[in-house]
Amino acid sequence: MSEPLLEIASVAVAYGKVRAVRGVSLSVGGGEIVTVIGANGAGKSTLLNATMGALPLAEGAIRFAGHDVGRLGVEERVALGLCLVPERRELFSTMTVEDNLVLGGFRVPRAVARDTMAEVYDRFPRLKERRDQLAGTMSGGERQMLAMGRALMSRPKLLMLDEPSLGLAPRIVADIFRIVADLRASGVSILLVEQNARAALAAADHAHVMELGEAIVSGPAAELARDDRIIRSYLGFH
Amino acid sequence: MDGTILLFLLQDGITNGAIYALLGIALVLVFAVTRVIFIPQGELVAFGALTYALLEAGKVPGTVWLLAGFGLLAFVFDVVAAARERALARRLAKAVLIDLAIPGALVAATLAVAGRELGSGAHFALTLALITPLGPLLYRVAFQPIAGASILTLMITAVGVHLALVGLGLVFFGAEGLRAPAVSDLMVTIGPMLVTGQSLAVYAVATVAIVALWLFFDRALWGKALRATAVNRLGARLVGIRTGFAGSLAFALAALVAALSGVLIAPMTTIYYDTGFLIGLKGFVAAIIAGLASYPLTALAALGVGIVEALASFFASDMKEIIVFMLIIPVLLWRSLKHTHVEEED
Amino acid sequence: MNPRRAFLLLVVVLVLVPLVPGVPIFWITLLGNVGLAALVAMGLVLLTGVGGMTSFGQAAFCGFGAYATAVLTTAWGWSPWAALPVSLAVSGGAAVVLGLITVRLSGHFLPLGTMAWGLSLYYLFGKLDLLGRHDGLSGIPPLEIAGHALTDPRAVHYVIWIAVIAAGVLTTHLLDSRIGRAIRALRKGQIAAEAFGIDAARTKLIVFVWAALLAGLSGWLYAHVQRTVTPAPFGLNAGIEYLFMAVVGGSGQIWGAIVGAGLVTLMKEALQRIVPALFGNAMQLEGVVFGIVLVALLQVAREGLWPHLARFVPGRPRTAPAEAAPLARRMLGAGDTSRPLLVLEAARKQFGGLIAVNDVSFKVGRGEIVALIGPNGAGKSTTFNLITGVASLTSGTVKFDGAVISGTSPQVIAGRGVARTFQHVKLEPEMTVLENVAMGAHLRGRSGVLASMLRLDRRDEGRILKEAATQIERVGLTEHMTKPAGSLALGQQRVVEIARALAMDPELLLLDEPAAGLRHFEKEALADLLKRLRAEGMSVLLVEHDMGFVMGITDHIVVLDFGTKIAEGPPETIKTHPAVLEAYLGGAA
Repeated sequence: MSEPLLEIASVAVAYGKVRAVRGVSLSVGGGEIVTVIGANGAGKSTLLNATMGALPLAEGAIRFAGHDVGRLGVEERVALGLCLVPERRELFSTMTVEDNLVLGGFRVPRAVARDTMAEVYDRFPRLKERRDQLAGTMSGGERQMLAMGRALMSRPKLLMLDEPSLGLAPRIVADIFRIVADLRASGVSILLVEQNARAALAAADHAHVMELGEAIVSGPAAELARDDRIIRSYLGFH
Repeated sequence: MDGTILLFLLQDGITNGAIYALLGIALVLVFAVTRVIFIPQGELVAFGALTYALLEAGKVPGTVWLLAGFGLLAFVFDVVAAARERALARRLAKAVLIDLAIPGALVAATLAVAGRELGSGAHFALTLALITPLGPLLYRVAFQPIAGASILTLMITAVGVHLALVGLGLVFFGAEGLRAPAVSDLMVTIGPMLVTGQSLAVYAVATVAIVALWLFFDRALWGKALRATAVNRLGARLVGIRTGFAGSLAFALAALVAALSGVLIAPMTTIYYDTGFLIGLKGFVAAIIAGLASYPLTALAALGVGIVEALASFFASDMKEIIVFMLIIPVLLWRSLKHTHVEEED
Repeated sequence: MNPRRAFLLLVVVLVLVPLVPGVPIFWITLLGNVGLAALVAMGLVLLTGVGGMTSFGQAAFCGFGAYATAVLTTAWGWSPWAALPVSLAVSGGAAVVLGLITVRLSGHFLPLGTMAWGLSLYYLFGKLDLLGRHDGLSGIPPLEIAGHALTDPRAVHYVIWIAVIAAGVLTTHLLDSRIGRAIRALRKGQIAAEAFGIDAARTKLIVFVWAALLAGLSGWLYAHVQRTVTPAPFGLNAGIEYLFMAVVGGSGQIWGAIVGAGLVTLMKEALQRIVPALFGNAMQLEGVVFGIVLVALLQVAREGLWPHLARFVPGRPRTAPAEAAPLARRMLGAGDTSRPLLVLEAARKQFGGLIAVNDVSFKVGRGEIVALIGPNGAGKSTTFNLITGVASLTSGTVKFDGAVISGTSPQVIAGRGVARTFQHVKLEPEMTVLENVAMGAHLRGRSGVLASMLRLDRRDEGRILKEAATQIERVGLTEHMTKPAGSLALGQQRVVEIARALAMDPELLLLDEPAAGLRHFEKEALADLLKRLRAEGMSVLLVEHDMGFVMGITDHIVVLDFGTKIAEGPPETIKTHPAVLEAYLGGAA
């Protein structure tokens, strides 16, 4: 394959004068899972939000599926097949599960949306059971499923997941990572940001470690999982 | 005071309240989608009423020049913004269509038909067609460039727009008040009450408009998209809803509702270029009572405001406005106390 | 040009203008109108730009001042000077009543509230027989000095501008003080201010009343300059105009008010001359132009004009005095040392159906460093908010030094010696590091509003600044002392927050992720500082994700998961605790 699906080159993102992300480059190939790990405040979410277009780039370029998307709006990137499940899920809490999914398919033709919804319901039977419930009344795990289901409704080529395991019980985290693996098997590329470094490294092909806004280490996920420094800093007690 | 007077006052209050309800609902909609407290909505009501009255009198309403001017201004904004984002080629055609062609066609149509005695129905439709585009054009020029600013900045901007529109109202409609002829001379006796055809028209139109809005929000994809934008802007952007367009749509609906209200009150009272502000503010009081959030509560509160106003005008006509506006203070206080600690919820 | 010279130049120009032969009277009158407007705009700058309360109703307070003196001088035959205190008392009194309600309104409800009472008062002025209804009151006597009636605009000019300059000086002094820091802390929200013992509602009320007094003074002057009073200049449109002046000038700048008032007044005058010439009739186009300029200004220069002018008069940041008597210190460990300093007993917080903190109990002993750890969303920050009084407990109690503190306000808890930092830094980015830290010592100063205005607070102020400088030195940020806090790296801003907390002279320090964003050597310095503080007898409770940091300095660790305490104990036990490993590593391990 000549060009990776997503290519982030020397990107910087600033809040006012403070640069939250500096000189980060990474790429995601078709069908690949790439993870970015790091402590709170390392700039991981900022990187994803900028890739999605929700934050402006201060420097650098982003190419996606053969297009220069660095100056496009969020909506236009969605239309190209880029999709973000944000850390806070950002569901339409006072609307039903089904309406959330319908809106997830806002950019795709009605017929496609209908078929996709059937697929999403197959993948997440729980959502089908609760289709008429308000999104805001669901449990944390269900909300994460709905957020992923809503994202899938737009038929993305690349799904970006920001802390999908955040605040979820271990059993549900395992479910979520199983679904991530399933998605890759069905051809969706994934860029995964996680605090749960162990699970993320286990799921990913390639990994980047961010600290203070910079990518300090990169490499195959399996290698990083054995790296002493990484173990000390991010894998907790040993 | 006897029962008849009370009934009369109630009827009067409900008629006005129905109009305030329409305005209040539009305000809630605009605020929810764009966070703009749309103070100048009242001006659009007055412009609607004056446009209709002038068309009925066989004259060309100044609205056409206002529309053309705002169209031109919006075109400049669109071209500059597109050039800045190096997307001029892509966006030029759309800007020409929305900012120039549509307003231009409406101006031409109005100039062609003015004075031809087409009848109230046609004038009614033409008024709606002339006022509605003013909403999105205003949004494009005044609010969209600072869509991400604080509610407060947006609110001061809204006050600026209000000032400008009142002044423009004077320029384009003159200082003289106008009153349109009644829709019909119909009088219906219901029990002890005498109900005018105009009141019945107000009830009918308000009911139809509210039901139509409800259907739109509940069934149509774009209606759901507007609700989604209101609930969660970021979420809406992430599913590909252009929040700028959602804002335009909300402003268009608000302008449509304002025009509708204007046409409805035009035969009921004499409207001046600056009358709209007070009418709009009362819809506003209702919207605030409902916390700028709930549509049914807004409608209910609007009827309440109308009735309080009618009673106040009978018992203490001097203090009518004071009573209506002071109503809002305890409500604001109550809303504020319910709202503590929204500052840090993470 | 330095600020002092610029100020002197302003005074000299104002003194000389009426004396220059050939200056038309009309200009002098216009300049007087600028001064009258500037008084109101100045209050509004303080209220809106500094204090964060946008008022559309400010013209109503001019109305109170003007009508009070109009009634007293026409119906009761008082002299204008005798009526002045009454005018001020009426506007100030009205401000207390309206302010008590208004300062409690939150967010955009506040400006809407001012609009509502502004409009109501305008109608009220026009409906009361006492105030001459819509026709207003006329025949108001001019001001008199030593038997001379001041009917000459030149004489009036001096009276007006003395008032403006005095108001500006007093207001500037007020802002550059302990109370001023409290006022400036309000704009970005109350939580940080209240955490340092600042009574937000009271401070807001002070600002509100002072702004109303300035407006009342302007109204009193107006009544005796115009000699007639009608409701029109006190309505909502006038209120909007004053706000416009404040925004044009730059809504955080006291002297910008004069610039804003000047520009708007001149623009209005020019329009009244140009428009009839252009259109042949006297159409009121000010509204259109004002509205458009206001909208345009908010789109292109939201900060107003003053910041652009201020570049020519760079000020010097305030520094701490070299010598100052140290502030009184709290005796650490003075209480009953046998009992723990902080005790949580079955603390519970429920948001609707969600239990954020589930019957959590733990203790912090004197001179101990305790860490609260757990995955994101485990309820650590909420626990902090329960201890500091920002959030109220659903059930359970929090005791500090033996006394129950749950159910009291953040100010009271701060007053007992509980200082904190925030997970999301809450500094005033425009204020210097020194001023930000000085805010921490708020409760250790005494000077009030009057003392600040009259500069009787300098000794007290010097001691506070000296203390702030000492704490900044202690955390190792001396070189950044006079920089705006917002210009520091995020990690350093967290350390500034620690210095601010230390300036409170606390007994218990609550630190929310103090090491986040720090480099390795900075973390080591922080760990050393915390150990030193512990040696001095201070107690510390901290939330932190960096386990290396936590394990190295803490005496005791409490682990939360899903709002529930799953383990506690010394670091060695926690490292190997099965429930902790499960919570951190999850089922996917």
